[in-house]
Amino acid sequence: MSKYLNFIAEKNQVRYLTITVFFLIFSFFWIYPLLWVLSASLKTDFEIWGGLGLIPDKLIWENFERAWFGANMGRYFFNTLIITVVSVVIVVITTGMFGYVIGRYAFPGKKILIGILIATIFIPQGYTIIPVFDLLTDLKISKNLIGLTIATAGHTPVIYILLFAGYFSRIPVELEEAAKMDGAGFIRTFIMIMLPLTKPVVATVSILQVLHAWNDFLLPVVITLGNPDIRTLSVGVYAFKGEYFVDWSGMAAASVITILPIIILFLFMQKYFVEGVQGAVKG
Amino acid sequence: MNKKSLTQQMYEARWCYLFVLPCSILTGMFVLYPIGMSWYFSLLDWSGFTKEAKFIGFQNYAEAINDPFFWNAFYRSFIFMFGTVPVKIILGFIIAVFLNNQVLKLSPFFRTVIFMPVVTAIAIIGIVMTFIFSPFNGPANKFLMATNLTSAPIDFLGNPDTVLPTVMGVYVWKWLGITMMYWLAALQTVPQDVYDAAKIDGAQGYRLWIHIILPIVLPFAIVIILVEAVSALNVFPLIETMTAGGPFFSSEVMEVYIFRTAFVTDAGTMPRLGYACAAGVFWGVAVLFITALQGFWMRRTRRI
Repeated sequence: MSKYLNFIAEKNQVRYLTITVFFLIFSFFWIYPLLWVLSASLKTDFEIWGGLGLIPDKLIWENFERAWFGANMGRYFFNTLIITVVSVVIVVITTGMFGYVIGRYAFPGKKILIGILIATIFIPQGYTIIPVFDLLTDLKISKNLIGLTIATAGHTPVIYILLFAGYFSRIPVELEEAAKMDGAGFIRTFIMIMLPLTKPVVATVSILQVLHAWNDFLLPVVITLGNPDIRTLSVGVYAFKGEYFVDWSGMAAASVITILPIIILFLFMQKYFVEGVQGAVKG
Repeated sequence: MNKKSLTQQMYEARWCYLFVLPCSILTGMFVLYPIGMSWYFSLLDWSGFTKEAKFIGFQNYAEAINDPFFWNAFYRSFIFMFGTVPVKIILGFIIAVFLNNQVLKLSPFFRTVIFMPVVTAIAIIGIVMTFIFSPFNGPANKFLMATNLTSAPIDFLGNPDTVLPTVMGVYVWKWLGITMMYWLAALQTVPQDVYDAAKIDGAQGYRLWIHIILPIVLPFAIVIILVEAVSALNVFPLIETMTAGGPFFSSEVMEVYIFRTAFVTDAGTMPRLGYACAAGVFWGVAVLFITALQGFWMRRTRRI
């Protein structure tokens, strides 16, 4: 149940309006940079640096054409899409399985496993990226999307496991016993009965992984260092900045191509984003 | 009565082991193995791009400890942490307290707007912000000049004195939505009757905040501080894309330093993976130490 301390009374209209107006102005300044890049992506270079206004004189869709084809953002878009989708599938299956047994069963070695997992939360990324790069090279998958996808999936699963484990542990035992009576084995119980019950966690974990995979920078920038074909969008825009430094509007369009899909996803699935984020402090 | 033997227990749990296997392999490959290897690499004189690697013991560490750039980056990372975390915690709390008002009709809209930068790619934010803060007609300078707050454009990212505060400001902007969401979750745990009491209390409301509500959300505050402190030390993408550590290394935090020594080949210098790993190991241990310290502090407060 939600709880609210309503110290802003609707009856006290002056206070109510003051606070609303303040937050409206605050919100405008807050998203101005995002609106600015959106508007810049449809302007001419000259107009971008001309004023603070956000409405373009004439919509220049060619900026997107230039970014998509000329700067190869089209290819990077599909790279990012593949990495994101596949890594979400891998992450949901593997952490779901792991969370299931951690949350519901006792077995020798469980405590050690949990201990190792918790310890990994606190290890900073900057320090493991070099051996990851090296490992992918040794496995000969550093030059294609497979390596980047697997590494993206393997990088941060701990919070997902905790979310799954917490949810699975709250499902009543009777369900499992009934399944056993019906002759369902371990795997069938998991797939047919348990996993469908955890849809909210699957959604939350998927969203978090989409966010992570789509927006990741350090891993893809290092892996694609000598291999521009498998760049992701973030790395692509970064490289764009180095290569075509004067094409401001094209770069703005490339930025919009990168951030708009996630913003739209966020607007439609806000609930799961918020739950995923809050899960980190609630546990 | 007799207890089952360990092998018997393990046999009965065979499905459990099968289920933990895929995730364990991934974690082993991309989290645990890299940690072990980075310790080993740190003992090598190795560029990373050739097969030639020479075992040199702790020489990389000795060199790092004697490198002023290393220590500058080290301290800068902590300046970044101490400069951003308190701002985020306090600002996030104030905004959450206001937006927790059910009566405020536009509250969901404000939450969405404040959270929006969180979902946008950090590298893109870094690049876009180099436009926003550009000294040549950038919108930030345009606004400051139009409102007569400054008479000449400020080179936010080109001046060693302003670059770090600017990047820190962008960092707070980018992630404040998460802090706000943490606090909103915390405020939801305050019992309803406490809120009701606050409502009746009216004029004495602020006392209720300080004496009753704040102590209830304090355990949350500690978790939030812990999470935020660790993430404020992981700011590579933002700084790399905004300034790449410049100008004159004045915004080079530890992760950027490690990246530079590992991969960037400036005129004449060779990438040095072994040395970068040593710096990374040193940094990882320092961060772990701080986390442990905070964990200890957290336990103590919980016990009281």
